[in-house]
Amino acid sequence: MSDQIYIGTRKGLFTLKRSDNTWKIEKVDFLGDNVNMLMHDLRDGWLYASLALGHFGVKLHRSSNQGKTWEECAVPVYPEGAVIGGGPFIEEGMPKTQPASLKEIWALEPGGPDQPDWLWAGTIPGGLFLSKDRGSTWELVESLWNREERMEWFGGGKDEPGIHSVCVDPRDSKHVTIAVSCGGVWETRDAGENWTLLGEGLRAEFMPPNLANNPNIQDAHLLAQCESDPDKMWIQHHNGIFRSIDGGKTWTEFEKVQPSAFGFAVCVHPNDGEIAWFVPGVKDECRVPVDAQLVVTKTTDGGQTFESLRSGLPQEHCYDIVFRHGFAIDSTGERLVMGTSTGGLWISENGGNDWSCITNTLPQIYCVKFGR
Amino acid sequence: MPRVVFTSHLKRHLDCPTQDVAGQTLLETLESVFAENPRLRSYLLDDQSRLRQHVVIFIDDQVVQDRVKLSDAVFPASEIYVMQALSGG
Repeated sequence: MSDQIYIGTRKGLFTLKRSDNTWKIEKVDFLGDNVNMLMHDLRDGWLYASLALGHFGVKLHRSSNQGKTWEECAVPVYPEGAVIGGGPFIEEGMPKTQPASLKEIWALEPGGPDQPDWLWAGTIPGGLFLSKDRGSTWELVESLWNREERMEWFGGGKDEPGIHSVCVDPRDSKHVTIAVSCGGVWETRDAGENWTLLGEGLRAEFMPPNLANNPNIQDAHLLAQCESDPDKMWIQHHNGIFRSIDGGKTWTEFEKVQPSAFGFAVCVHPNDGEIAWFVPGVKDECRVPVDAQLVVTKTTDGGQTFESLRSGLPQEHCYDIVFRHGFAIDSTGERLVMGTSTGGLWISENGGNDWSCITNTLPQIYCVKFGR
Repeated sequence: MPRVVFTSHLKRHLDCPTQDVAGQTLLETLESVFAENPRLRSYLLDDQSRLRQHVVIFIDDQVVQDRVKLSDAVFPASEIYVMQALSGG
């Protein structure tokens, strides 16, 4: 199991370590800054922290020594003249496009083991970037950016569309599947040269019925891929839970999940694509736990049934929500960590059956990642 | 008459069942709705009578273009969906 966890919060990066069966905050970096995305590269041990500074823009820092020292590196830059579509909310007389400018790095993932220095970055507003030198330089993936469908993407939660999920196929590093809020699920099989829009079976409740199945407007909150069985994927979507067993081509919706199918985060077991965990809220328009009781829902049979796991979680007057990147599983599939919108942090050592509160007093948590 | 359907979001705040109402433009149609449901006005329109930033309306699956004067044409068989824009979440 991994005994190190990195926590990206509204007010800094917290590193937790486990020793003598106890988790403790070992250090804090970037105190006071908004650390909204992290990546710990298991290929070389490098750690990356993306900061969204309120006054001074997006910054990316990297560390080759687990955070002992940090170096600021490059961030993705949109080419001059790049624009995004105005979405459906443009007023008449206003421009139909807006300049594209980096708002957040919303996904950060390593390339495959055969691409040692490659990093993928999903961003708001909707650009996918690739670095081939550990973040020293970035290039916009223009083959996706230039797809005409992209101009129809729109913001979900954020004002502009964003790429929040990047899944690199463990069998073939050139096969990458991404998800966009709101722009559906896309895959490349040639490391970004060409892209295909996937998503048959996804459903958007927030659109009129005739448009609900348009794959290009789907709001996947997070896409998760099973490491050992990569054709098995799960989506926690804006209005439900979906599963694919064919690499994202087709999706099955599970509508009767109790206490709710609404949420942001999903984890899939690295060694069994039938097993997945979710952290539900009431629904889109009421983003708190059902009955103010924090639960984790788990399926072990590919979505046929779900159980609510409560042991160790607050069961009265709890209003914590787990954001899309606030939930993680380690390589054994036994240890899970979740951080919440109100600074709570819980860890399970047994697949979610029991949870221990590590702290309730962190800043708002955006992102949790296991170290080695 | 045109049919107006509302997102479930709104139903948390006030009663707004699906309605068949008269109107040849979006504004006329909404005014017909507001005549029977005056509270609804401030949920859909801001204090300058423009469509609120995070409200989106579809007429026959097309997004409304004129969010200021609400002049988009509505036909007797039109279906109007009043939805929340996800950017507002």
